[in-house]
Amino acid sequence: MIKKIYFQSIFFSFLFSLEAFAAENGGMPQLNPEFWVSQIFWLTLTFGILYIVLSKLILPKISNNLETRKSQILENIEAAEKQREDSETKLKEYEEIISKSKLEAKNIFNQAREKALKDINAKREVLDKQIDEEISIAEEEINTLRKSAPEKINTIAIEASSDLIQKLIGAEVNNSSISAIVDDLSKRNGDKYYGN
Amino acid sequence: MAANPMTQFNVYRIGPEIKVGAFDISFTNASLFMIISTLAILIIFNLGSKKNSLLPNKIQLLAELSYTFVSKMISDTAGVKAKPYFAFIFSLFMFVLFCNMLGMIPYTFTVTSHIIVTFVLAAFIFIGVTFIGFIKHGFGYLKLFVPSGVPAVLLPLIVVIEIISYLSRPVSLSVRLFANMMAGHTMMKVFGGFVVSLGIVGGWLPLSFSVALTGLEILVAFLQAYVFAILTCIYLNDALNLHH
Repeated sequence: MIKKIYFQSIFFSFLFSLEAFAAENGGMPQLNPEFWVSQIFWLTLTFGILYIVLSKLILPKISNNLETRKSQILENIEAAEKQREDSETKLKEYEEIISKSKLEAKNIFNQAREKALKDINAKREVLDKQIDEEISIAEEEINTLRKSAPEKINTIAIEASSDLIQKLIGAEVNNSSISAIVDDLSKRNGDKYYGN
Repeated sequence: MAANPMTQFNVYRIGPEIKVGAFDISFTNASLFMIISTLAILIIFNLGSKKNSLLPNKIQLLAELSYTFVSKMISDTAGVKAKPYFAFIFSLFMFVLFCNMLGMIPYTFTVTSHIIVTFVLAAFIFIGVTFIGFIKHGFGYLKLFVPSGVPAVLLPLIVVIEIISYLSRPVSLSVRLFANMMAGHTMMKVFGGFVVSLGIVGGWLPLSFSVALTGLEILVAFLQAYVFAILTCIYLNDALNLHH
């Protein structure tokens, strides 16, 4: 402290001596101590006011502005990130729904096809049965007809031949004798006519 | 005579003489420019902090850029502990910068070209920093004068040198700013005088010098304000974080 005072006294004495020197030449007005006190007073006053107003009013506001801007930007970034994630999940959901509905449509289509096939098959079976039945009935009829045919033919042949004989020779021929002949013929030629 | 390059530094009374006791605290042109600087700073930064829009307008950007500039300067040189002194260093930087810059306008008065102004600022910083150092570290602050890793033989010499360098801080700080301002303004005045005396024939050369000097002086005005503030930060750093 003593050293400081000593040093400052040296400094000031240096200034004063310079001032004395300068005053002669009308030189440096800085070293004229006339307004030093005034300058110190006004400097303290203005700088003090500047410091108080800046530190109490203006700088907190600027720092607050900077902080809020920073936090707002961070918030916005966060919100954007969140919205992006939301949209991604929604896109996934949408895709899921689409694939699900595709699967469902496929299922429905398959079921419908199976059902149609079943119906067709059932109808076909019924029809087949009916056809088979009709065929068998017809075959039976044919068979009965086939069985009854030779007899009928025989009777027809007997009648026809008795008629023919009557017309040709005008004599009545016993039916039984004709039938015997026809039976004999039909037995002989049966293989030829009926393929049995 | 206006031709004398030193008359621009004259301090003269504006209005009546005001006396408090034995002290003359009259309002002078120096006081006027201190008030103008202060008002300019306050108006600009008040406008710059009024509205808080997400996209800052020009004046808000200016205020916020200065804020972050000074805040970065302090945190880079003096660390986190210097945060409470931010407002002081910010006001100091702005006050010196505005006084320097206002002085660049013709017919104005440069407050910082007066040794008494810069010395009061520097002495205040010196005393404040010394107080902070002693409050933070007690007598341990005296370790600042004893660098570590110095041979015991050299120690007495080193301690004396350290003490002298510490005590010369306010002088170097104040003289640097004052001398830069005074020299620059004197030089510009001299060159301006040459332009007038050499007239239309030979005046172009000093005029071009004058133009170049104006640019240089604007740079110096900013640089000296920056140096003043950053040296304050460095002194504060010594007081807050005792490294030796």
